Amino acid sequence: MGKRIGMEVAVAVAEAVGLCNIDMAAVYPITPQSHIAEHLSDLVADGHIDCEFVTVESEHSAMSAVIGASGAGARSYTATSSQGLMLMHELLPIASAMRLPIVMGIANRAVSGPLNILNDHSDIMPQRDAGWIALFVENAQEAVDLSIAAFKIAEHKDVMLPVSVNIDGFQLTHMVEPFEMPTQEEVNEFLPPFVPHATLHPSKPVTMGAFAMSDYFTEIMKAKDEAVKASKKVIQQVFDEWGEKFGRPYKLVETYKADDADVMMLTMGSMGETAQMAIDELRAKGVKAGLVKLRLWRPFPFEELKAVIGNAKKLIVTDRACSFGGPGGPVFSEIKSALYAEARRPLIYNYIIGLGGRDVQVKEFVGMFENVLADTANKAADTYEFWGVRE
Amino acid sequence: MIEVRWHGRGGQGAVTSVELLAVSAIAAGKYAQGFPSFGPERRGAPVAAFTRIDDKKINVRSGIYEPDVVLVLDSSLIGLVPVTDGLKPDGKLIVNTPKTPEEIRRELNFQGTVATVDGTGIARKEMGVPIANTTMIGALLKVIGVMELDAMKGAIDHRFGRIAQKNLNAMKRAYDEIKILN
Repeated sequence: MGKRIGMEVAVAVAEAVGLCNIDMAAVYPITPQSHIAEHLSDLVADGHIDCEFVTVESEHSAMSAVIGASGAGARSYTATSSQGLMLMHELLPIASAMRLPIVMGIANRAVSGPLNILNDHSDIMPQRDAGWIALFVENAQEAVDLSIAAFKIAEHKDVMLPVSVNIDGFQLTHMVEPFEMPTQEEVNEFLPPFVPHATLHPSKPVTMGAFAMSDYFTEIMKAKDEAVKASKKVIQQVFDEWGEKFGRPYKLVETYKADDADVMMLTMGSMGETAQMAIDELRAKGVKAGLVKLRLWRPFPFEELKAVIGNAKKLIVTDRACSFGGPGGPVFSEIKSALYAEARRPLIYNYIIGLGGRDVQVKEFVGMFENVLADTANKAADTYEFWGVRE
Repeated sequence: MIEVRWHGRGGQGAVTSVELLAVSAIAAGKYAQGFPSFGPERRGAPVAAFTRIDDKKINVRSGIYEPDVVLVLDSSLIGLVPVTDGLKPDGKLIVNTPKTPEEIRRELNFQGTVATVDGTGIARKEMGVPIANTTMIGALLKVIGVMELDAMKGAIDHRFGRIAQKNLNAMKRAYDEIKILN
């Protein structure tokens, strides 16, 4: 066990990325990601890491630059938030189609409008179908660990896909809290040098990101789908390797007191630990409550989710984003779809919570459970509600 | 677990203080969180910052609404910001002011522990600047215990370099001079 240190999470993420022997970073600063951008550029400017830091004029350029650098065989990193991610959107499917193992930290933040700089998941949700692997973390330790592990996942020969590490803005990025920082030596042992399967080079021309008409486009999409699906196995393998080396194992779907739970809640990101405290309170009152924490959003861990839902009678899905005019929050839709074919499945409830930085306290998580347990006629199942909304 | 809410004005260093305190507490083997009130901040405008310290892992990530301790870095905020809002009735109120704890208790009608120290005066004398954020860490540690003043040295040295000692001296004076009314 290493020594616990205290550091702001955004700075810790930059430090962790700095241990990954990155060749290139292009990061355009945006709240609440800015401290990642600032600290990474400090590490480069002060000579701590041998890396090309490209100052770009927008997030669109940041993503374009890392696509180019990754294509040239550079281990490349970027980070963004909210509007920055929206501006990158056009390029995200190109990065995955070109099978470029870029790692991107996302300090999740609400998307305008109205203008809001605080935390929710409305920036990552519209990127769902970009063909990127999407991981979620809930504390400093996970942000550090998975920012490093992400490179190993991305660069694995059976993956070769970009990875986003979703780190709740402010709630995590601006929090000083304890964690263990791996040493440079440990990271070197864990993360081998990046060996690209093909690179752009003037003396050996290749085409990347070529043109495809209807004769090949479908096949290429199918190949991409297969690649994203197949990455799931490698992600768990890399998590297992991490667990073995650092004593902190990770799963695609994490649980808390879920084994015998009658009523469960599902969270993604930093609210998991607060919800955990609600589980403890409910358990103390004799309610068999449990928690499911979805770490992997894409590829979606269908089997792993089904395995942990077990015999729960009711499942509360929390969403940190909206799908306006849709069937409920985006996570809710996904969970319902994942469990649709099951002969035995829980009643599924949906609360849209914590939008634009609105705090959710332990007592509110308890309140969600109480509401659902009080719904004995199951009237609210399959519907969604904006938790705590003023009407 | 101890939860502290800091009141200051943008630029007075409340956020720096919560960071230094959390880093030091963690280095001393505790678990801690330090965080600002999230959102835009402007120089001179009222701001809040928060500290949690515990002996075991802290899981709660929501805001602090019922603090055990409130620390007011700038006494001009009294009357402007409801600094005792949610403060536990048996909680502790620490104010950077030349006034006595009795005066502050009367002004705010707060019956819990009230402690005052002229942090700005100390900062002026020890550091030559009227910035009392690190000075008031000394006051806080006297009131809440939880760790030795020496535990701050590493983080203060790291942050302030050659002027670290002046900060530590000011902190020590606030620790020694604070007046506590239980």
